[in-house]
Amino acid sequence: MEDVQFFIEVLVGGLLSGVMYSLVAIGFVLIYKTSGVLNFAQGALLLFAALTFVSLHERGVPFWASIGLTLVLLAILGTLIERVVLRPLVNQPPITLFLATLGLSYVIEGGAQLLWGTQVHGLDLGIDDVPFEVGGVLISSFDLFAAATAALMVALITLFFRYTRIGLAFRAVADDPFAALAVGLRLTRIWAIVWTASGVVALVAGLLWGARLGVQFSLSLVVLKALPVLVLGGFDSIAGAIIGGLLVGATEKLAEVYIGPFLGGGIESWFAYVVALAFLLVRPSGLFGQKLVERV
Amino acid sequence: MSISVTPSIERSLPRAAIGGLTVAAILFIAFVVLPSVGSDYLFEAILTPFLALALAGVGLNLLTGYAGQVSLGSAAFMAVGAFAAYNFNLRVPELPFLVSIVLAGLTAAGIGLIFGLPSLRLRGFYLAVSTLAAQFFVQWALTKFGWFSNDNPSGIINAPPLKIASVTFDTAVGRYLFSLGIVTVLTFLAWRLTRAQTGRNFIAVRDNQTAARVIGVPVLRTKLLAFAVSSFIIGVAGVLWAFAYLRTVEPAGFNLDRSFQILFIIIIGGLASIRGAFLGAGFIVVFPLLLSRLGGELLGGIVDSGVVEMSQRIVIGALIILFLIAEPKGLAELGRRAARRLGGRPT
Repeated sequence: MEDVQFFIEVLVGGLLSGVMYSLVAIGFVLIYKTSGVLNFAQGALLLFAALTFVSLHERGVPFWASIGLTLVLLAILGTLIERVVLRPLVNQPPITLFLATLGLSYVIEGGAQLLWGTQVHGLDLGIDDVPFEVGGVLISSFDLFAAATAALMVALITLFFRYTRIGLAFRAVADDPFAALAVGLRLTRIWAIVWTASGVVALVAGLLWGARLGVQFSLSLVVLKALPVLVLGGFDSIAGAIIGGLLVGATEKLAEVYIGPFLGGGIESWFAYVVALAFLLVRPSGLFGQKLVERV
Repeated sequence: MSISVTPSIERSLPRAAIGGLTVAAILFIAFVVLPSVGSDYLFEAILTPFLALALAGVGLNLLTGYAGQVSLGSAAFMAVGAFAAYNFNLRVPELPFLVSIVLAGLTAAGIGLIFGLPSLRLRGFYLAVSTLAAQFFVQWALTKFGWFSNDNPSGIINAPPLKIASVTFDTAVGRYLFSLGIVTVLTFLAWRLTRAQTGRNFIAVRDNQTAARVIGVPVLRTKLLAFAVSSFIIGVAGVLWAFAYLRTVEPAGFNLDRSFQILFIIIIGGLASIRGAFLGAGFIVVFPLLLSRLGGELLGGIVDSGVVEMSQRIVIGALIILFLIAEPKGLAELGRRAARRLGGRPT
């Protein structure tokens, strides 16, 4: 009985930390869906958003005003990225765009830290991280809060995609960029908006991760946690990002506890990748990714 | 990317001759002129790392540029090569060093083959991300298991001197010449490979896998071969990086940043171009040196080193983007165009 309880506790902890991975992965999916770019700068964006918010807040700007200001900055950044990076690189192969986002991540990381300094900031969102007990299983209340935030965000994104004109335009572009252009949608503006939207996702993820780890450079490394989630779920599926995150989080924690000791620990750096890999061998486009149709 | 398969004979002959002469001239300068005029700084800080990175670039270019399989785990194969050479050298002392290097390359090729297996099923970014598994797994294994570093407590091992028969290459020039020799031989072999049937198979698989299969290219074998050959070359590059340049063997230097660096080299230099790997490596090695010297002179006295470092990061990132926008086909294409303009002959 003890064992089962412990197992459930590890599982729940894993699932909840998986939600944090999903949060990062959703930002990727938004951009990949609409512009076909695997955005390596998502981590840098996350760092930029969290660092900007914390620094503003520390300088005495009220909470919501800081959020608002950060959002404005993110919108400016999204527009700039579209104008300066994406537009000139249109029609280049995906690998070129990927490398451009790698360059972009250097610029954003450097810029954020140049602007706000390199020291570690603590971030208190006002949520106590007291574990509470459900049927003998300890659950972290912070993790639950994160999960609720993620659920809320996904719900908002889904509603936005389904019921707004911009959301409709997003779906059109994701479906067929040429047809979208042909009916008069402005691709460039949609890209700018989508980068801003993924900036907003980055802010939410950045705040939650920042509250966990402290706001510092290593925040941008969470991309490496999100990548296996993405391949597992499929690059272009929000549902995939969620389920992928849960799967990665759960298997990672379980492996750490049950397999880790036999391998000398520290396996979390690669275990998620191996899980994703094993999975991909069965389904090469992830769980919900679009199937590749090949024509000659 | 159009590759002219049948250039007209009368035009290709003189061009081949010019190309041959250029290569001969470069080799003459590299083997004879430079060693007699260069300073130790030039060899140690610029030319030796340049050679190692260029070789890694050649290896990755075979895989990514020619065969179209994107890998983000090159540094892992460099690490495998370096550690394999160290262990062969340590555990079988009677092996000549050159044999150790070849065996190290073969070890890297074997590991590359294993991590290349997903390429049989996966495409594009799915494959690219899965190669990250190699990157993280290899680095973890090398740090975790003391056996690889002979239970060295710090994990940093001094590399033994480079030796062929009884000749030891232990000066800056010596290490440079040693690297140059190996790079020349492997580059020549890689170049031959791209011109042979195998190279055409690589390109066919890259351009259209289904069409390649239809015309009878063995797609699976070609992909695995690309992974093996590329990992072999990258593994040897890792040996040079550790033994000739750093002179220490440690896993930390072969991290994800190194993998990205090699990817940059072939993108900046030009995909599917042997020359491109060298041009890109030259850029990647020389440019940060220039930048840090410039940054130091301009800002050194006024602001602290953290700011200089961050500014450098921004400049490098911005330059990468600028480069991709201005010349997405890389330095090799730039060179080709310049030559065409100078020669005044349309091709």
